[in-house]
Amino acid sequence: MPLLSVRDLVVKFAMRDETVTALKSISFDVARGDRLGIVGESGAGKSVTGFALLNLISRPGFIDSGEILFDGMNMADMSDAELREVRGNKMAMIFQDPMVTLNPVLTIGQQMVETLQAHRKLSRKEAEQIAVLKLREVYIPAPEERLAQYPHELSGGMRQRIIIAIALLLDPQLIIADEPTTALDVTIQADIMELLLELCTTKKVSLILITHDLGVVSQMTENTLVMYAGRIIEAGRTREIINDPQHPYTQGLINALPQQTLPGERLKQIPGNMPSLSAAPKGCAFNARCEFAQDRCRMEVPNFEQIGPVKVACHEVRRLHHETHKQEDLA
Amino acid sequence: MKDNASNPAILELENLSKSFDLDKGFLETIKFKKGRITREKRSVHAVNDISLTITKGEALCVVGESGCGKSTVARLVSGLLNPTKGAIHYDGHRIDTLKGNALLPYRKRMQMIFQNPYASLNPRMTIQQALEEPVRHHNPSFSRGQIKDKVTEVMQSVGVDPSWASRYPHEFSGGQRQRIAIARALTVDPEFVIADEPISALDVSIQAQVLNLMLEAKEDRGLTYLFITHDLSVVQHFGTRVAVLYLGSICELADTATLFANPKHPYTRALLSAVPQLSDDRPNHIRLKGEIPTPINLPKGCPFQSRCAYADARCGTEQPLAIEQSDGSVVACHAVEEGRID
Repeated sequence: MPLLSVRDLVVKFAMRDETVTALKSISFDVARGDRLGIVGESGAGKSVTGFALLNLISRPGFIDSGEILFDGMNMADMSDAELREVRGNKMAMIFQDPMVTLNPVLTIGQQMVETLQAHRKLSRKEAEQIAVLKLREVYIPAPEERLAQYPHELSGGMRQRIIIAIALLLDPQLIIADEPTTALDVTIQADIMELLLELCTTKKVSLILITHDLGVVSQMTENTLVMYAGRIIEAGRTREIINDPQHPYTQGLINALPQQTLPGERLKQIPGNMPSLSAAPKGCAFNARCEFAQDRCRMEVPNFEQIGPVKVACHEVRRLHHETHKQEDLA
Repeated sequence: MKDNASNPAILELENLSKSFDLDKGFLETIKFKKGRITREKRSVHAVNDISLTITKGEALCVVGESGCGKSTVARLVSGLLNPTKGAIHYDGHRIDTLKGNALLPYRKRMQMIFQNPYASLNPRMTIQQALEEPVRHHNPSFSRGQIKDKVTEVMQSVGVDPSWASRYPHEFSGGQRQRIAIARALTVDPEFVIADEPISALDVSIQAQVLNLMLEAKEDRGLTYLFITHDLSVVQHFGTRVAVLYLGSICELADTATLFANPKHPYTRALLSAVPQLSDDRPNHIRLKGEIPTPINLPKGCPFQSRCAYADARCGTEQPLAIEQSDGSVVACHAVEEGRID
């Protein structure tokens, strides 16, 4: 049984004039110890997915239907008390901006002790000892002194390490990291990613990494989901997706990276923009930007089916896949 | 690549420094320390003694991490900030001392594109109004028709339908807004464009669109760019030369191809190794010790010494000079100079 199993999850937002669907029936699994990347551009629904997994969608948003089975329990049906038991304890989340995540008026120590005492019967002393241990695990120098410091006294990279330490406090089975390094510099980002990878492999913690950076996904994860306009459009082993993307959008995303083109030459761009949630076109949401789009793509939403080693939602991909392979055979 | 040596310099920065005072008023400078009242004035040394020459037709990229002073450089060049020390020459004329109307002709030749297209367009102005404003300001003799034609032409050149001119910025997506911001810079036919992180607020697929647009504008209009970014893959693609900035000082300046093929400064090496790659093989990430120090109290000697694996006693006392290497790159590092790094 996978650690996490999401089935036909639909998340909607009730706006003043209309109800928009942010997640249009997505399904995926995360095995124990797996590292899954969720890639997409802003508005694709990747952060909403992360929030929904912890049942953290707040009004006007709501989980309309579907199941989020974590260790066999459905997160979507849980009472608040049951949810509190899971959140932080078994499943932890790391957010993008460490300055917003940490409470500016509490010391690092207070915040860590508070988290521990909320879930376990521990004295302050015991809790502080665990906190120091966890700070050491994320390579914070002089951890005892940090407990008395406030978030503003620390640098961005240091704060994000502390967030990771807090996420690890109760030894969760799954960490959801939503763009954990977007606010940080590249050299710091590389450090944090290395740390996350090390912690996940040594502690056998599962990781869901939400990011827009294909490079990060390529280095960090084993499996990848590519999202577009509220749907998963491609899923499979990260290597397969990066080396041989099937969906025209994934191909476009990878080809648009500057390192895929010779310096000074025109980049291969995807025309247009992602449609907004309230103005999603009929059929495949990518049809207006897709060079292969046929009439069928403008009418029917494509099924999400296995093609070769990956799962893809595209009408044309089977034909394209077939043609390229035929050409290879002929050659 | 064009031969830059034969091209005239368009912009010269001469020992440029900028510091911001933290304690502005007299009362703020008074501190109570060890039982004594003392006066102390602290300042942030954002840019320290930078000398650079940009020749016509090139795209000079300035890279570095947050707080290294790259945006300050852009703002100094565009005249939004005044340097504390040093001089800026544009086309042979000193411009940092000019004010008001004397600066106006240079403003027309030099335009700036900012990072956030949500903040750089006035939400209460239609696109038409926003684009007309600079044309009218810099060309008072233009008739209404001429202004309108200019706006239409520029909108077409950046790929925004001129029939949308009566719309407001909020009706456009981020990528479209950045195109409009670029259009606004191009309406006065500048020859030099300063772009401060123009694509970092945009999505990957949109970044490619905007970069292509900027490359096209470079070809069609013969623009020269000063391009500020933290994204090294963009630098590799877009830049003809790169200046790597650390704590307000240039640590390496080289042709793009040279820099990426053969980085010399320990910081440049670490920076390049930290970029996440698509390929299988994990690059050997060079870990830096600690974090970037504050630019308030700059260390004596090399600014990078606290994080450098090659630092020795000399690095702690003596500021390294920018020395030209055999392949034309300029590196400020004692270890490179002494041949301690292979």
